[in-house]
Amino acid sequence: MTATTDETTDERVLRISPPKRLLSRPELGSVVGALAVFAFFALAADGFLRASSLSTVLYASSAIGIMAVPVALLMIGGEFDLSAGVLVTSSALVSSMFSYQMTANAWVGVGVSLLVTLAVGAFNGFMLTRTGLPSFIVTLGTFLMLAGMNLGFTKLIDGTVSTKTIADMEGFASAREVFASTLTVGGVDVKVTIVWWLGLVALASWILLRTRAGNWIFAVGGNADAARAVGVPVAKTKTGLYLGVAFGAWVLGQHLLFSFDAIQSGEGVGNELIYIIAAVIGGCLITGGHGSAVGSAVGALLFGMTSKGIVFAEWNPDWFKFFLGAMLLLATLLNTWVRKRAEAAK
Amino acid sequence: MARFRTWVGIAVAGALSVALAGCSSTGGKRAEDARRAAVAPAGVAVATPRWTFAMITHSGDGDTFWDIVQSGAEQAARKDNVTFLYSHDDEAQQQAQLVDAAVDKKVDGIIVTLAKPEAMKAAVARAEKAGIPVITVNSGSAQSKAFGALTHIGQDESVAGEAVGEELNKRGRKNVLCVLHEQGNVGHEQRCDGIGKTFRGTLRKLYVNGTSMPDVQSAIEAKLQADTSLDAVVTLGAPYADTAVKAKTDAGSRAEIDTFDLNAKVVAGLRNGTLGFAVDQQPYLQGYQAVDLLWLYKYNGDVLGGGKPVLTGPQIVTKDQADALAKYTERGTR
Repeated sequence: MTATTDETTDERVLRISPPKRLLSRPELGSVVGALAVFAFFALAADGFLRASSLSTVLYASSAIGIMAVPVALLMIGGEFDLSAGVLVTSSALVSSMFSYQMTANAWVGVGVSLLVTLAVGAFNGFMLTRTGLPSFIVTLGTFLMLAGMNLGFTKLIDGTVSTKTIADMEGFASAREVFASTLTVGGVDVKVTIVWWLGLVALASWILLRTRAGNWIFAVGGNADAARAVGVPVAKTKTGLYLGVAFGAWVLGQHLLFSFDAIQSGEGVGNELIYIIAAVIGGCLITGGHGSAVGSAVGALLFGMTSKGIVFAEWNPDWFKFFLGAMLLLATLLNTWVRKRAEAAK
Repeated sequence: MARFRTWVGIAVAGALSVALAGCSSTGGKRAEDARRAAVAPAGVAVATPRWTFAMITHSGDGDTFWDIVQSGAEQAARKDNVTFLYSHDDEAQQQAQLVDAAVDKKVDGIIVTLAKPEAMKAAVARAEKAGIPVITVNSGSAQSKAFGALTHIGQDESVAGEAVGEELNKRGRKNVLCVLHEQGNVGHEQRCDGIGKTFRGTLRKLYVNGTSMPDVQSAIEAKLQADTSLDAVVTLGAPYADTAVKAKTDAGSRAEIDTFDLNAKVVAGLRNGTLGFAVDQQPYLQGYQAVDLLWLYKYNGDVLGGGKPVLTGPQIVTKDQADALAKYTERGTR
């Protein structure tokens, strides 16, 4: 990175042995953790290894993972989004209420919801890049405003705090196929959210590792000023990342709507932290510049396995949050340790 | 910027044209308007001075149950020529501050819930000292009288749980799961413990994250897969009943799903047999009666209950009553 690098041993062309290269992967710590947790519950919880049980675990993970992917990308880009949890609910509410009030085909609501959700993402990005306020403050503001609007608008439009059913409307059945159906793969029922999740992980990995935008994301997260100096469009990259989070929120929001039909307007609060935790467990650095999409998926999987594993093991759930906190600390410590080893080895 | 504006224009125009073209011929607002056409508007019926009553509850944001309480209170307020103020906070200390604010405003009557009684004690005492009559609703039947409230209107959570336990016995259930959607909520624990008191089989508890429906569904699903002997699942709130039905279907379980509280979907579930029974504490009545009793007290010195709580539940609702209730849940008052 610095000008003192010797010409003959430029770190970028340095040959790194495969084990060392593996050690420098951001998701390594979480993969090790996930394998440990999996092995643990496989032994401790009766029936955890059944295909139907694993499918349940994967569904729980996917509901976190769909959001953890764009949130991880955003964190690699050096920013937070505290509005991500309620934005999911907003997205579902807009879709449901627009279809209902306009007596429109459910797909129209889905389309309008995409526009509105992306507009919120664009607003976050715009506020961040134009005002120079930290993303923590900007998105905290959006979080509170969205939480208020979710309740306020729903009450104003529908008269109650939950939306009315749109299950009897045209387009509902086909939209449910896309966002909330269950596929049968080899005799096992698999929720379509898992397909969305894996698709998003693949897409995000491709963007991060194979495109110029991916380099920009790492650059703005590592050092925004340096990135700007070498011509990286910092504002555009960050706004794009917020749009990514909004897209994830839209996908998950539509799943909520078409899976559960009536949406409670107070839902979603607190879930933003779960997405961030999944990204951090998966090896994303809180200060930005380091992390991976696959890592976020592993983080979400760890989350899903722990929360449902405790149910399968029939343990006292009073301790669930304790396990989660301990896991978060361990995973982050492991990540830090692995990264230090990897950097020392270079 | 100009290009950005063009894009926004295209997007909006696109959305509008799709909206116009893509109308649904079933359901939606249009169907609701047709149903509503027959309902007459409510007017003012009494000539007492325009009193102001404040209601302060421990509800969280966007809670369907409290929404119904509120609409009951508003209905009574309209009828009684009362200005009705509603506020809520799920943090006990914040709720106490809201009561203080109502006292400072010198309202003519206060309706309050005592979900965390000790935290509310000082605020209620302050209202009494200021000469403002207080009625407690929903929770706090044990403390209501000691705190100097006129009356308590509500359902005893333990008694409601006991009614569920007896109903489960009657239905021959052996192994029941109680789903709590808020960890640390005293009322929820009382409901489950109430079930345990009268239910003769085994009762297990499951805590789920109530703000995330996928988590609720997958947790119930996991539990049903882990313990296939479960033959009934009881959810503590109406919105979770439907999710429990989904979890049951996905897990391939044959357990009966029962719930506390009603909403349109629960009634629909009772009618088509996907739900066994619901226990209703009539939230509309809690709000309506509280306002109406304060009015009666101010107007006529009336007190109801004679120092004992006035119970609004539990009422067990099954398929037999569901048909008659459908039209009330549809408009959000049951």
